[in-house]
Amino acid sequence: MSTASPELQDIADRVIAQAASGEQVEAYVSRGTETDIRVYEGEIEHFVSAQSEGIGIRVIRDGRTGFAYAGTLDPSAIASVLEQARDNVQFGTSDEWAGLAEADGVAVVPQELWSEALAAYPTDRKIELLKEFERLTLAADPRVRVDDADYSDVSGEAAVASTTGIRVSGRENGCVVSVSTLADDGDETQTGFGFSVGRSPIEFDLARAAREAADRATRLLGAVKPPSKRVTVVLDPYVTAQFLGVISSALNGENVSKGRSLFANRVGEPVASPLFTLVDDPTNVHAYTATDIDGEGLAARRNSLIEAGVLQGFVHSAYSARRAGTESTGNAVRGGFKGTPGVGCLAMQLQPGTRSQAELVADVDDGVLIQMVQGMHSGVNPISGDFSTGASGLLIANGQLGAPVREFTIASTLQRMLQDIVEVGGDVDWLPMRAAGVSLVIRDVTMSGA
Amino acid sequence: MIEQDVLERVLTTALRKGGDFAEVYAEDKSSTSAGLDDGRVEQVTSGRDRGAGIRVVNGETTGFAYTADLSESGLRAAAEAASSVAAQGGGGTRTVALTQSPAHVVNQVQIYPDAVGKAAKVALLQRVNDAARSMGGAIGQVSAGYGDSRKTILVANSDGLLASDEQVRHLLRISVVANGDAGMQTGFESLGHTVGFEMFDEHDVEEIARTAAQQAITKLRARPAPSGAIPVVIKAGTGGVLFHEACGHGLEADLVSKGSSVYRGKIGEQVASSLVTLVDDGTMAGEWGAIGIDDEGHRSQYNVLIQDGVLTDYMWDHLRARKQGHVHTGNGRRQSYMHLPMVRMTNTYVLNGTELPEDIIRNTPNGVYVTKLGGGSVNTATGDFVFGMTEAYLIENGEITEPLREGNLIGNGPQVLRDIDALANDFAMGHPGTCGKDGQGVPVGDGQPTLRVKSMTIGGTAA
Repeated sequence: MSTASPELQDIADRVIAQAASGEQVEAYVSRGTETDIRVYEGEIEHFVSAQSEGIGIRVIRDGRTGFAYAGTLDPSAIASVLEQARDNVQFGTSDEWAGLAEADGVAVVPQELWSEALAAYPTDRKIELLKEFERLTLAADPRVRVDDADYSDVSGEAAVASTTGIRVSGRENGCVVSVSTLADDGDETQTGFGFSVGRSPIEFDLARAAREAADRATRLLGAVKPPSKRVTVVLDPYVTAQFLGVISSALNGENVSKGRSLFANRVGEPVASPLFTLVDDPTNVHAYTATDIDGEGLAARRNSLIEAGVLQGFVHSAYSARRAGTESTGNAVRGGFKGTPGVGCLAMQLQPGTRSQAELVADVDDGVLIQMVQGMHSGVNPISGDFSTGASGLLIANGQLGAPVREFTIASTLQRMLQDIVEVGGDVDWLPMRAAGVSLVIRDVTMSGA
Repeated sequence: MIEQDVLERVLTTALRKGGDFAEVYAEDKSSTSAGLDDGRVEQVTSGRDRGAGIRVVNGETTGFAYTADLSESGLRAAAEAASSVAAQGGGGTRTVALTQSPAHVVNQVQIYPDAVGKAAKVALLQRVNDAARSMGGAIGQVSAGYGDSRKTILVANSDGLLASDEQVRHLLRISVVANGDAGMQTGFESLGHTVGFEMFDEHDVEEIARTAAQQAITKLRARPAPSGAIPVVIKAGTGGVLFHEACGHGLEADLVSKGSSVYRGKIGEQVASSLVTLVDDGTMAGEWGAIGIDDEGHRSQYNVLIQDGVLTDYMWDHLRARKQGHVHTGNGRRQSYMHLPMVRMTNTYVLNGTELPEDIIRNTPNGVYVTKLGGGSVNTATGDFVFGMTEAYLIENGEITEPLREGNLIGNGPQVLRDIDALANDFAMGHPGTCGKDGQGVPVGDGQPTLRVKSMTIGGTAA
């Protein structure tokens, strides 16, 4: 594990040293830099280079929690943040389960989250590779235009200290290139995108990303609105990863305790097809979101969530675990210094099957390959389970991929979709998301079109 | 926040290596938020964000850097970082003299957030919690959020502009879960204005809480929404997001100029039903997207985008207007000092028609009546958009009947605009929204009278 500069840990230590008796104090201190470059038609459109820093302080007394933050590490501002957090304590409601995480002895699985290669990578070469990415994308198909080509890297370090014995720090960096594409055919325009991520630019696969960006835009040219009917859908790995993201809300232990999960009281019962085995494993080095510690400073760990369709349990932070009468699963999630940790899955993976997407498609008589979805945030309710999302993709007839289709929705409920899973593909794709992608076949979904 | 002579020196530094344009944007924002969930006030949060973003434009290239250090040395360091990439040409000495713009006051604030004790803010949450739970035993869970912010912005640029604005916002959100035999359903309401704490005297927060609770309770007996193309009536003040997605984003000049909008080259053409007049209005006092100046220092404006169905203009920011010889329209906005400005909407709304809303429903033999919309999104290049209906009813034989379960509506912007075949006279503004574009969120408002789209695709599961 790579540690942050001692300066940040010192700042956090100095804050918690000021704790009064009967008071729990936690300080989270972070600092980061970012570079964002956008290229358009071979020229730099913008170049952003910036540094940011900040501190968030949580104070708990008599079961009441107060919090404050500031986007600076100026000593007088830090004093004011501690004062504000203390003042805010009196307005919270006393909660018998409130409290900071305590060290639980679970060993940290080290992860290599820092790349010296990226830290040393010269700016002009970042610009060159981005221009090269734009050129490769344009060269992939004569019908393709590029409206934005972006390079972005971030590096951050953070330290957390608490009066309950947490004292950890770490640093992490990473980079991404992405391109958004337009494909024209007569009056018609369709869009696509491609991306590549890495700990350093050396890991980029620009050729593949360019090909995908061109393919995503051109494959929808000539797409029509399909008829409305019930079909079998094959979800592309990228869509499956988004689907798992919705499911994760129902596996969140805090949502369960607060009556917002459709899986409440179902542990030990079948909630999905026997083909469905889901783990959250941030210790897996292949996962894009692999990490060594969670948002409260506990070791990140592997948790089994659904085994052969049977619900095994939920993910927890220290708070949600205390409420549920269990132990933290190392799933506290913190968005930065401006907030306190919530609960969430860190790196989900569906146990893959053995067959390729082409083999899965070959078994479908009447269906659709869903390549993109639109509106997962607006038409899917993880509490009620209602599921409805805009989509585009390719029709499947008698095991053959057919015409492109767009401007339709697919709908069911989360509860039914989990039971209606027909097969999981073997084509795992470690996408830059909180879940790995894999092809997924679900029967009896309503397609609404013309 | 920063002295005028410091700003002038920083802008001079920014242009020392060359460049056509330089700008300093500074902000100082204090905020308070509080959350109640499961009957408990979980936490009160105080936040402070203060910093400056500096950009230097040279030809087609923009360099940008930001800093939380507002001292002259901190600002000069950021100016040098911004200029290092943008400006590689000759340079020389160009001094900048700033002239203070007169204040453009759009929003009136009577009670500033810091004049109100935290106890009074937290008490609002208890009131909405109690009101929602008073709606009966089906109410399983209530969460509520309070937020206020006071943001001072300062913009200075190498054209000599120096302008400032203060933006005070208050927001209340409430989410309710109701439990029934067939599972759980949810209700959501929010109240937000660019005004002071007096907002809570002028609106009945308990009534808003009861509305959210009733929404969840009503949906417990909802049946699956239909599937397929069907006429859709949208209640006044709930469907502004339709225009935001169906055409608003596509009228942003930055997207238009890159050819990623279906509305490119359509100025002067009929792009919507002749019933539709669409406006983007940053001056609508107190509304969520109302601003005195935009985040490039230009006064907010009332801009007509579509007049009687004919496209009249796009929305513009400083950079795009400057490149294309157009006047800027006060639509250059950014999430914070850490972000570059771009073309954004403010309050986007459709003006009144002439029909009575009840007549529109009566004249719809079969369809769906949407009374609450969730979020949406659009692909501006194709015009395909979706938005969620979170509360909706079936219309049968001209009457509103059964509640429907949630789903997405999907359509194509240009087609839907042409398919608006009825517009009522009951204009209302909608709920406070956050518009996302290119990773940045900004506060926006929307509004419309009751209207009907003759055919949209509804993504339910019923035959």
